[in-house]
Amino acid sequence: MRPIWRCSVKPASPFLEMETTPRVAVMFDGVSLDLPEGANLAAALLAAGVEVFRHTPVSGAPRAPFCMMGACFDCLVEIDGVVRQACMIEVSKGLQISKPHEADHAEP
Amino acid sequence: MQSRDLVIIGAGPAGMAAAAQAADLGLSVTLLDEQPRAGGQIYRDVDRVAKTRGDILGADYGHGGSLTASLRHSGAEHVTGAVVWAIEDGFRISYTKDGQGAQLRADRVLLATGALERPMPLPGWTLPGVMTAGAGQILLKQSGVLARRAVLVGSGPLLYLIAAQMVRAGTPPLAMVETQSRGDLLRAMRHFGGALRGWRYMLKGLKMLADITRAGVPRYTGATGVSIAGEGRAEAVRFSCKGRAHSIECDTVFLHHGVVPNTQAARSIGVTHAWRADQACFAPELGPWGETEVPGVFIAGDGAGIAGAKAAEMAGRLAALKLAEDAGKLSVEARDAAARGLRAALNREGAARPFLDAAYPPYAEALSPADATVICRCEEVTAGDIRGYAKLGCLGPNQTKAFGRAGMGPCQGRYCGLSVTALLSEAHCQTPDETGYYRIRPPLKPVTLGELAAMEEATNNAAE
Repeated sequence: MRPIWRCSVKPASPFLEMETTPRVAVMFDGVSLDLPEGANLAAALLAAGVEVFRHTPVSGAPRAPFCMMGACFDCLVEIDGVVRQACMIEVSKGLQISKPHEADHAEP
Repeated sequence: MQSRDLVIIGAGPAGMAAAAQAADLGLSVTLLDEQPRAGGQIYRDVDRVAKTRGDILGADYGHGGSLTASLRHSGAEHVTGAVVWAIEDGFRISYTKDGQGAQLRADRVLLATGALERPMPLPGWTLPGVMTAGAGQILLKQSGVLARRAVLVGSGPLLYLIAAQMVRAGTPPLAMVETQSRGDLLRAMRHFGGALRGWRYMLKGLKMLADITRAGVPRYTGATGVSIAGEGRAEAVRFSCKGRAHSIECDTVFLHHGVVPNTQAARSIGVTHAWRADQACFAPELGPWGETEVPGVFIAGDGAGIAGAKAAEMAGRLAALKLAEDAGKLSVEARDAAARGLRAALNREGAARPFLDAAYPPYAEALSPADATVICRCEEVTAGDIRGYAKLGCLGPNQTKAFGRAGMGPCQGRYCGLSVTALLSEAHCQTPDETGYYRIRPPLKPVTLGELAAMEEATNNAAE
């Protein structure tokens, strides 16, 4: 039986990982994901099939990483109550990640 | 507060080369960089990755390892994960590391903050699945993550480089949708003679094109009317080529039509910038050593004008020579003797640039986007909004902030500044210099109150 995924996580990722690195469990938006320890968080989430990282505060449009170098702020996520750029964080065990300010908007 | 002869911001080729050179000449040097490991974007994570993916990324990438090695063996201090958010007179540099604010005092500052992708606003460019080509390369370099079904859109050597790397990695792009035309190539031919002095670059370009063609990647040149379609995510690239409409289904779109200097830090301390028509961007006004008109502030690398990684390395060394001479660590004669070879090499490095700039110009429709296209990604302001503000009397980029918050989101105008300047220039029939650019103020990156409070605590503890 196929696992039931939330809409933002797709079983077949558009991205392919070349390396197999030891994995650790993190939570993203209520779903448990096994990501490579020490990897760039934005890259790891993309490779895990996460398509939507957040919704914009203005129109609620979906967004995902755009520049991967800390300049565009499109990959913002919330970790321990602080909104941070996923592309500037490394994966560590037990990260509790959510979409920022999601309470301000109903899920579209 | 600790004090240094020189603080360098950015550990790419310019920053690494300058730090090693200046430390070798006897200056106390601290190199601040946002990333966890040295390399900048061009040599991102080179020490870890060259071993595993060096064959895919190529020898030019591997060269970065020589720079990280000389940085390591120099006396320069390299602070990783340091996000600089203010540079104040004197100089006092404020940054955040590991969630805590910190400050350094410096007699001199070298900005080596590199380049950003030129903003490429197209219909659909904010959809998940659309990224810069630079982002695609970073995914491959740092993380070994490849897009399975990608279309590359735009123009320029970087687009061919990433395509060639994707071919070598076994996931060739589905197609290249190239916006440069035959006319651009013909216009570029007048620079061809000069470009031959940079024949190594030209040869590399031809080899990449051959690799891409041999892999069977379709190339559509002179593409117009490019848009990205999709419901909630990128699903297809649509465009016209030679009078025919095309739609290519894909999961990922990589955009690129050149890179531009990242001017945020330099602007924040009052360095004058001027429009460079040949590169269609603003660049700081600099002396022969990368010195700005602000005493003690130098700029080297792509932040000074786009010239590439090798040129950045040489410019970093040149700046370090002058900085060492200013600090009394080097005689003028020794400085000039060491500079001679660097200047000759720098000259050779730049030989192919005018040809490349002319042959791969920015995509015209992204410089003057359709009204409905979002140009400020953060605040979701469209090109039509900016044109509307211009009609209401909005003269300059700083006023657009009051009219509709353009440039006021977290990216602070990094991905809309040039678009806003272009649209206002067009509306008022002005030059980009007359229109100007956003005024950039600290904090250069968002800082939390917690980070500031942590800095205060550390300062008080040190005082006790």
